Amino acid sequence: MSGLINFLQRLGAFIIDGMAGLGRSVTFLISVLMGFKDVLLRPRLLIREIYSVGVLSLLIIFFSAIFVGMVVSLLGYTILVDFGGEESLGLLVALTLVRELAPVLGALLFSGRAGSAVTAEIGLMKATEQLASMEMMAVDPIRRIVAPRFFAGLISLPILTIIFMAVGVYSGYLVGSEWKGVDAGSFWSQIQNKVEFRHDIINGIIKSIVFAFVVTWIAVYQGYHAMPTSEGVSKATTNSVVYSALAILGLDFVLTAMMFAS
Amino acid sequence: MSNSLVKIRDVHFSWDGRRDIYSGVDLDIPEGKVTAIMGPSGTGKTTMLRLIGGQLKPTQGSVEVAGQEIPKLNRKALYLARRRMGMLFQSGALLTDLSTFENIAFPIREHYDFSETMIRDIVLMKLELVGLRGARDLMPSELSGGMKRRVALARAIVLDPVLMMYDEPFTGLDPVTLGTIVTLIKELNNALGLTSVIVSHDIGETFSIADHVCILSEGKIVAAGSPEELKNSDSAFVQQFVNGHPDGPMPFHYPADDYAEDLLKGHKS
Amino acid sequence: MNSSKKVEVLVGALFLMAILAFVFLALNVSNFSGLSSNKGYKVTAQFNNIGGLSTKAKVTMSGVTVGRVTAISYDKKSFRAVVTMTIDPSFDYLPEDSQASIYTAGLLGEQYISLETGAEDASLTEGSNISLTQSAVVLEEIIGKLLVSFTTK
Repeated sequence: MSGLINFLQRLGAFIIDGMAGLGRSVTFLISVLMGFKDVLLRPRLLIREIYSVGVLSLLIIFFSAIFVGMVVSLLGYTILVDFGGEESLGLLVALTLVRELAPVLGALLFSGRAGSAVTAEIGLMKATEQLASMEMMAVDPIRRIVAPRFFAGLISLPILTIIFMAVGVYSGYLVGSEWKGVDAGSFWSQIQNKVEFRHDIINGIIKSIVFAFVVTWIAVYQGYHAMPTSEGVSKATTNSVVYSALAILGLDFVLTAMMFAS
Repeated sequence: MSNSLVKIRDVHFSWDGRRDIYSGVDLDIPEGKVTAIMGPSGTGKTTMLRLIGGQLKPTQGSVEVAGQEIPKLNRKALYLARRRMGMLFQSGALLTDLSTFENIAFPIREHYDFSETMIRDIVLMKLELVGLRGARDLMPSELSGGMKRRVALARAIVLDPVLMMYDEPFTGLDPVTLGTIVTLIKELNNALGLTSVIVSHDIGETFSIADHVCILSEGKIVAAGSPEELKNSDSAFVQQFVNGHPDGPMPFHYPADDYAEDLLKGHKS
Repeated sequence: MNSSKKVEVLVGALFLMAILAFVFLALNVSNFSGLSSNKGYKVTAQFNNIGGLSTKAKVTMSGVTVGRVTAISYDKKSFRAVVTMTIDPSFDYLPEDSQASIYTAGLLGEQYISLETGAEDASLTEGSNISLTQSAVVLEEIIGKLLVSFTTK
């Protein structure tokens, strides 16, 4: 009997904590979104943050895209050639990249490269009382520090994903055509016949926008609510990457089911 | 008695809803004077500054600054009220990605649309005041602890506040820098007509510049008066605190079970 | 070049790259360009069975793509499938009695329409109907026929 009550109590506490966390993060998100106007009024802050989350993530996105495109093309070729279907290689490479790999891998890499940096930066600013001192200088740290980083992430990830798609498909083409000798004309014509701009490419970009929203939300929330100690900041950074990865993969399934299952 | 700039009435505060940090604090901070809030570590002296600055809200009671009820202000009014407050953080809390000059210019750039020449004039004036005009191009990581605090002080007064709050301004400084900071606080108060609040547990330095001292303990103000009055107080607690006796009304031990019983517990099984 | 200018230039370069990538995706990696190539003349053909033919399938002559399937419907009167294809206007000399057949590219590949030229002088034009058609080969039917012919021997 007491075991049951204990269990119920723990369950209740868990649910209450969860709801409180959710409530806090939604309230936080709303106050960040309210900073949109301030960000628009000071585009310089936004550009600086796009530089640090977007431009600085470009290199890793670029090289990952090259290798992922090459691997997908190579693996696809070895499977398709058994069925005499290597003409469809282009279609396979393009669809896997555009629908799935570019948005998902792009978001995972982005959370590791930019999300963790944003969390650590905001967390450290909190731990060193920089955020509190801003408040006392009558500068709202959510609008001055958090909002520009949030919107920069929201803009940067879809941009990086588009670059990932293009670079990945092209490197897949190089492997398929230059190395494995798949006819270039049929590689591209298969893609152009079957890949639908609205259904495939736009949906892939929509996925990346959703991921960008979630990843940057998690990153700024974890940073802003980090315990103001060195241990707290390191924990927040880890949490930022882990929660982002789980959220990306979970949401990816839901989005894929909504977009491509029927 | 002069007017009070800050009036705190019956303030209760607790972090977690269980243990009270404050249970009914009444405090007046007279205008134009240096007031010190003192007390043993862990009594929530810094929390008092955060309540005055509106960064925390009391669970109960009123915090009034210059006639405004701080906990009831909306966001915009609160940020306007904060422009008239300056706060010196213990760590300095300089923005690490900006140079000394830009740190001090930061509040001006955020709030006013001044020309670059005007900003330069204001910043150099404040830097001269703390004696660091030559260090304007250094980054915070290149400054020593004492210099950081002086830069932070210059930044805190750059918007010409009415109320200056100092959070532990004397800790962790070498004797020379300590002397500089003490003099600076006193001079700023007199020259700029500020009202100053110092939170500290350094008896010597604080008593040398404070006009009015309040001692906090266990959630209440237990003693208040001028430094002279406190030194001559007949309260056992005040005597213990002022003279630094290890044991007295303020216990040396954190509340615990009986010592012998506690030791024996380990042998029972 | 000071640092804030460098930041702005690099962010601009990032946006430019994204725009180029997007144009590349739109033109080369999707049928976006195909949407605009709706110009051309439409001809129809009726088939008994179109198998797995779908819209946007190629229409070829001797292996050269001359158009695309733009619509597939069902005719209530003749109980046959009606395939509408748009032929590129540069191929305006196809004889009226050309034959349309549905073939499969490779064993498991996609299905497409192949036109075999006829002998008439008159050419196909907007709204023409191709009367000579050959339906898709349905694998199950062939297997079924083979089984029947084996068992009746």
